[in-house]
Amino acid sequence: MSSVESSAQSRWLRGIRRTVTGLHPVSESLLAAVVGLLVGAVLMYIYGFDPWRAYVGLIKGAFGGSYELASTISRATPLVLTALTFSICLRAGMFNIGAEGQMYMGGIASVLVAYFVLPRGLHQIVGLLFAAFAGAAWSLVPAFLKLTRGVHEVISTIMFNWIARWLALYLAIFVVVDPRRPEKTLSIPISARFPVLVRGTDLSYAVFVSVAFALAMYFLLWHTAIGYEVRAAGLNPSAARYGGIRSKRTMLLSFVLGGVAAGLAGASIVMGLPPTYAIYGGGGLPQLMNLGFDGMAVAMVGRNHPIGILVAAVFFGGLNAGGRVMQFYGANPVPLEMVRVVMGAIVLTMSVPELIRLFPMIRRRGEDLFGILRRARRTERRESA
Amino acid sequence: MSLNDILSLLRISLHAMVPLALTAVGEIVGETAGLFNIGLEGILLLSAFGGALAAPHGGPVVGLLVGMGTGAVVSLVFAVINTYWKGTQMVTGIGINLFAMGFVAFGLIQLGAPGFHDVPKAFELTKLRTPMGLMSPMIGIALVLPFVLYWFLRRTRAGLMLKAAGEMPEAADVAGINIHRIRLVAAVFGGVLAGLGGAYMSIAWLGVVTKDLSAGRGFISLACVVFSGLNPLLALLGAFIFGFFQALAEWVKTLPSKPIPGEIVSMLPYLITLLVVSGAIGRVRFPKALGTPYKRE
Repeated sequence: MSSVESSAQSRWLRGIRRTVTGLHPVSESLLAAVVGLLVGAVLMYIYGFDPWRAYVGLIKGAFGGSYELASTISRATPLVLTALTFSICLRAGMFNIGAEGQMYMGGIASVLVAYFVLPRGLHQIVGLLFAAFAGAAWSLVPAFLKLTRGVHEVISTIMFNWIARWLALYLAIFVVVDPRRPEKTLSIPISARFPVLVRGTDLSYAVFVSVAFALAMYFLLWHTAIGYEVRAAGLNPSAARYGGIRSKRTMLLSFVLGGVAAGLAGASIVMGLPPTYAIYGGGGLPQLMNLGFDGMAVAMVGRNHPIGILVAAVFFGGLNAGGRVMQFYGANPVPLEMVRVVMGAIVLTMSVPELIRLFPMIRRRGEDLFGILRRARRTERRESA
Repeated sequence: MSLNDILSLLRISLHAMVPLALTAVGEIVGETAGLFNIGLEGILLLSAFGGALAAPHGGPVVGLLVGMGTGAVVSLVFAVINTYWKGTQMVTGIGINLFAMGFVAFGLIQLGAPGFHDVPKAFELTKLRTPMGLMSPMIGIALVLPFVLYWFLRRTRAGLMLKAAGEMPEAADVAGINIHRIRLVAAVFGGVLAGLGGAYMSIAWLGVVTKDLSAGRGFISLACVVFSGLNPLLALLGAFIFGFFQALAEWVKTLPSKPIPGEIVSMLPYLITLLVVSGAIGRVRFPKALGTPYKRE
């Protein structure tokens, strides 16, 4: 009787433990976010700010009302796409750091629709296609360099980021420039803009593009054969090759998909961010700068899963949107750059695998001790029997 | 192009070579032991900032030392995560880079001048008068160090231990080498050299800190490492080539006739890096355990 009871109890315990283990990824992301915010708070304290008031301002600015929420989601829109760039390639076993450059190329390419006159709807689609094509083309070169010459993709994509940055600046200043206002590129015509979703904010219909792309990637990676091949090649390349998966094909596919995502991110800014609908060449592409790098932080916190990325992007979009408010909140002007410090600390924390198990070292030690005791008792019992 | 032009071009390329050479040589030590640190970019930026802050409080040498200390601390974080805690090296590096980008931009704003911070001329490392013009003494260090490390990596017991930790940590562990500790020391040494390179940029060369001062140099030195196949002498050659093209780009930009727009010229070092790396690779071989955390069975 007692054994039945204890087995029922242990089943309960096992169930709870399994649920907790299943939630480990989520709790690790939460823990990393907390650690990042704490690092930010310490730095703010050192520099003589009030971290508490700064974070209150940040949260109010990010989630305090419908206007703030809309601007948070608007900041999250491109981050979802650049995060997907990083995580699709990571799922395939590669580090594509090139979202930044691919996004510049996509943004510049989508400006080209200003030279066409097309009906509404078709015009947006053409712009998205241009951006997707430019992003994919820009990411295919590192992929081919890796395939044919064995160049590590981290180095080639980073070099391509810098080349893309200067190329985009050159194109924005000399080629697709607005002849009447040389500090910016041509504005996207009204028929190609994404309409504003919430009046008075900068949240536009572009958000649906990024959500749809994230859901499509989820379907592709987890519910199709080709997605399975991509993930298998990432988990264990030699086993995948042994199982008949053509790793070159999955590699190219993941880079193309990543490039498309990054290109769309550029387009979502150029075609969907009021009020300018253009890129400013002066000041070094301020609207696009660093979206690709921030995307990597989003991808890490979203555990490289499209659904997780959607959640994480809202968190980071909130940091960016709230950071703007934090700068002016309550005579405590913490610069916006603090947000990127927090992001860096979060990514650093996320790079530790099984974070949850690492922190309570004491617990593990305790479990070890418990295991030894139990084993000792079992041998004792066996000996007595 | 007169002789004077050639000399000044050579001088600028030697100056531009120093941070690349120091960082690349340090990274070679780290990679020999099996740690692949793509956070070098962030270390360069942080140590340039730290050195520039420290220089007015004790002179240029203190600034360089603080830069080295900054590099040591950051790479210690990197090394602990990636040895004892078995982290993902790429992700740690990305985190360091993000953190550095944010922290230096934040710190520069706190100093009052958003965007850049000048190091007073009085606290810059004095340049030596040579027949070629004013040269920083750091060039000498950058030229000698690769030879010392070449000897160290190939001819000493400690160098071979590093190699064993990178090639086959299991065997090295059985032979009584503490893999985690040796990797940690190697990575911190690499961080110290990168920190020296970063502090050199702000204190001894450019005399200014901006939020994009490192401008991809950390990654270019990684490309140097790839090009060299972990040979410090070849890395020095690579650093000189990349330094030369950076100098060339700067030189073309200052030409009064402006034959090519500056934006196009600025791409040159990165394009050359890509070309050289894609041409050089194939014959180089890297440590077998590079980039993978060591777990005892």
